[in-house]
Amino acid sequence: MKTRRLWIIVVILALLTPVGIWLPERLRAGDAWGEWGPEDLAEEVGFLPRGLARLAGFWRAPAPDYAPAGWEEKPLAVQGAAYIGSALSGLLACAGGIWLLGRWLAAKEEARAP
Amino acid sequence: MHIPEGYLGPHTYGAAWAAMLPVWVVAGRRLRRGLSARLVPLLAIGAAFSFVIMMFNVPIPGGSTGHATGAPLIAILLGPWAAVLAVSVVLAVQAFVFGDGGITALAANCFNMAFVMPFVSYGVYRLVAIGAAARSVRRTVAAALAGYVGINAAALTTAVMFGLQPIIASGPDGRPLSCPFGLNIAVPVMAAEHLLIFGLVEAAVTAGAVAYLARTEPELVAPATVKGHGTP
Repeated sequence: MKTRRLWIIVVILALLTPVGIWLPERLRAGDAWGEWGPEDLAEEVGFLPRGLARLAGFWRAPAPDYAPAGWEEKPLAVQGAAYIGSALSGLLACAGGIWLLGRWLAAKEEARAP
Repeated sequence: MHIPEGYLGPHTYGAAWAAMLPVWVVAGRRLRRGLSARLVPLLAIGAAFSFVIMMFNVPIPGGSTGHATGAPLIAILLGPWAAVLAVSVVLAVQAFVFGDGGITALAANCFNMAFVMPFVSYGVYRLVAIGAAARSVRRTVAAALAGYVGINAAALTTAVMFGLQPIIASGPDGRPLSCPFGLNIAVPVMAAEHLLIFGLVEAAVTAGAVAYLARTEPELVAPATVKGHGTP
């Protein structure tokens, strides 16, 4: 079967992903429920849970919210471009990750039953 | 549905890691035995699709956002164990690179979206689609139901994880240490959002993809009903 066509579809979808930030912006929709940053949560409930505060800085992601850190105030067009960049690099990382995992599992199987 | 860092206390995220380790091991063994040259490229496309489709945030005007996951689709096409690994890889990339979902909460997120969702979806799909021809309406309906029920099951287990936190751990001042919302808030809110909106989004994505693939790649959608793989 031809996988090329399916890859083309996935890449086209990746190029369309800015819809996923523009539409919520237009309709004034915020974060998903339960996915607020610590500051927003503290504002919402009046305090920041202590255990949550301790873990919140546990990991610094290189591209938080699918854009380079500090790009939150950039124009929406720039954010859209960053979002597409994240979509393309992320889909490559996911495909590469599962491909490596598959290769590793296949090698283990060959070693077990030559 | 991506639980961020700190919203779950150590008891909960620890239990999730303990639950997911054997699931990953079994999934790896299952896949190793069934691994064919044909499966790995499809798994890679499935993972890539899942990552990209999760970036299409669907807004509730003036409220929150949500998105489809692609997990039910991968489970339908490649089986639930393959979906466990593909979606786990996606969730790991999202957590480590894009800060979407916590690292400590990664196993919990995998439990909900890479275990509960694909298995529930797969069960529903098998139940409804059994024996149906590749391009039949029943198969498309089965895919829609699989997406709808699967994402709602995952929303429920996610909401229970959130909602248990105030019961499990509070500080000396009585304030919760992690997610401050109890079951009485987390479950109805998550359930309503997913029953009314995001479930329909996942249903549409799953049914749309299955209907499309039934035309272009029938052997992928219904291998048992297609004689002589690869022949037109």
